[in-house]
Amino acid sequence: MLLAEQALNGLQYGMMLFLMAAGLTLVFGVMGLINLAHGALYMTGAFACAAVAAASGSFWLGLAASLVAAAAAGALVEMAVIRRLYARDHLDQVLATFALILVFSEGTRWLFGSFPLYLTLPPALSGAVMLPGGLHYPLFRLVIIGFGAAVALGLWWLIARTRLGIRIRAGEADREMIGALGVDIARLYTIVFALGAALAGLAGALVGTIQSVQVGMGEPVLILAFVVVVIGGIGSIKGAFIGALLVGMTDTLGKALLPGLLSRAWDAAGANSLGASLASVLIYVLMAVVLILRPQGLFGAQGAER
Amino acid sequence: MRAMRLNRDAAVNLAILALLVATAIGAHVLGKGFAVTLATKAAIFGLAGVGLNLALGYGGLVSLGHAAFFGIGGYVTGILASHAAAGTPVATLPFAVMGSNEMLGIWPAAMLASGLAALVIGALSLRTSGVYFIMVTLAFAQMLYYFAISWPRYGGEDGLSFYVRNSFPGLNTFAPIQYFAICAVLLAAALALTAMVTQSRFGLALQAARQNGQRTVAVGIRPYAVRLTAFVLSGTIVGLAGALYADLNRFVSPAMLSWHMSGEIMVFVILGGVGRLCGPVAGAALFILLEQVLGGVSDYWQALLGLLLLGIVLFAPGGLIGLVTRRGRHA
Repeated sequence: MLLAEQALNGLQYGMMLFLMAAGLTLVFGVMGLINLAHGALYMTGAFACAAVAAASGSFWLGLAASLVAAAAAGALVEMAVIRRLYARDHLDQVLATFALILVFSEGTRWLFGSFPLYLTLPPALSGAVMLPGGLHYPLFRLVIIGFGAAVALGLWWLIARTRLGIRIRAGEADREMIGALGVDIARLYTIVFALGAALAGLAGALVGTIQSVQVGMGEPVLILAFVVVVIGGIGSIKGAFIGALLVGMTDTLGKALLPGLLSRAWDAAGANSLGASLASVLIYVLMAVVLILRPQGLFGAQGAER
Repeated sequence: MRAMRLNRDAAVNLAILALLVATAIGAHVLGKGFAVTLATKAAIFGLAGVGLNLALGYGGLVSLGHAAFFGIGGYVTGILASHAAAGTPVATLPFAVMGSNEMLGIWPAAMLASGLAALVIGALSLRTSGVYFIMVTLAFAQMLYYFAISWPRYGGEDGLSFYVRNSFPGLNTFAPIQYFAICAVLLAAALALTAMVTQSRFGLALQAARQNGQRTVAVGIRPYAVRLTAFVLSGTIVGLAGALYADLNRFVSPAMLSWHMSGEIMVFVILGGVGRLCGPVAGAALFILLEQVLGGVSDYWQALLGLLLLGIVLFAPGGLIGLVTRRGRHA
């Protein structure tokens, strides 16, 4: 029973990580850009949702605002800064996007203050539902799982079945060529970046509802999304999906089970806290194992030299 | 022409060091202990930057995880000092290890621990390259960060303070100017080491591996081994800086391991100029100056710092020394 609940929690966590990692991996795959400021867009979405929901009283309007605000912020940042970085080396990209984090975080602190904001769920989404097997589970977490699955399907459809998707895949393969064929690359890049930003903003709004909305909330998630991308393979949406679920499950189940298992195995007072410490590093061990076996990630293209 | 440029670089390097020392001595004479401490902080951050520069500037290894080594150096110092104060052994198995409050005993331990960590992290991370390498080093540092937070033995999230600064034979480490002298001498030693290493055969191989890995292989050098050696050396120097920083504050906390720290060490290197001997020192000094000046202007000074950084990355890729010597990044 506990195991089923924790597995669902892990699934929900994984779906949320997928929303983050999808944007990162897409931006890297198409534009070859490492974006540390992705977490800032996640935070932007959460704050937009909290502000609009508080002003209008409607959670749904807030959710829509998170998508719009994050996409707009993404498009703006892409046109003002990111665009100049595509031709630069990774070091410049890391620094410029690190600088963007400072600007975003302090700007948000200036606008909203340092105190966390809280989002309230509409009555239709709050409360628990009874699952088959007699398990009570919060409805909203199921909704997040649903959102994640829907986004995964939608992305697959977008990439595999639409004209924009063809251009995105072509952009990954050979950007000079599609430019020569008359595709407006600058616009394509802005669209892809805004799409990734919107997904991050959505994730921020959804997680902000479970936890709280505060400055700096994006950074721990960003780093986990990196772990997901490294495990899944850069540029692969499928890899991001599988990697996100793996990381979500490993982290949640590890934290739930490891302390108990250790204190059962050897009966010392320190076993419990040691278990908790070990559980918090479990996903990085997972990452190390994947790196040893497949340095290019589970679904990465051969030759990680990019 | 080249000789003249080299002279200009050397002159700038010497000027930076002289300025730092002069600031500390001037502040000491005027009785401004706080300013001496700031200069000490600049020397320590500069040392960390010098360490990172070896991997980042000369080796082209963009590590976003050097806070790991900075923090390990700090924690070794904190753990040894707190055990020495309490009179309890650090470990009893396989043999008893006692705490220590002698800097000469603590530094090798801190460097050994951070060097070993750099060996493990580097051996794994260097299997990848490019953007993977950035993410993987970041992730490993974050692993240690979370471990430090969730491990209650040495303070967990609250950090670990020790009340007495560790001692150095013949010096009163509590006097700010004497502690500055220790840090400045170590900084100078690290700079001399870097200058020596980068001009040695090993340093040439390292820079060749940065410029073109395949050609390096073709002349019979394994880039992996060369890079790993540089990474370990770099981590060891940063670990020493962490030990000094812990002693400066008499406090260590997981913040020393956080990725903001990694980012800041990188910022020191970039502000000054990548792959330049004294670039990190100039960068660290400028960073601390900005922190003081901008911090006085606004509580949101980091936003201003961010904008400044953006400007440097977009418009002045050679950093401060690049502006002065009018030469782009690594000629």
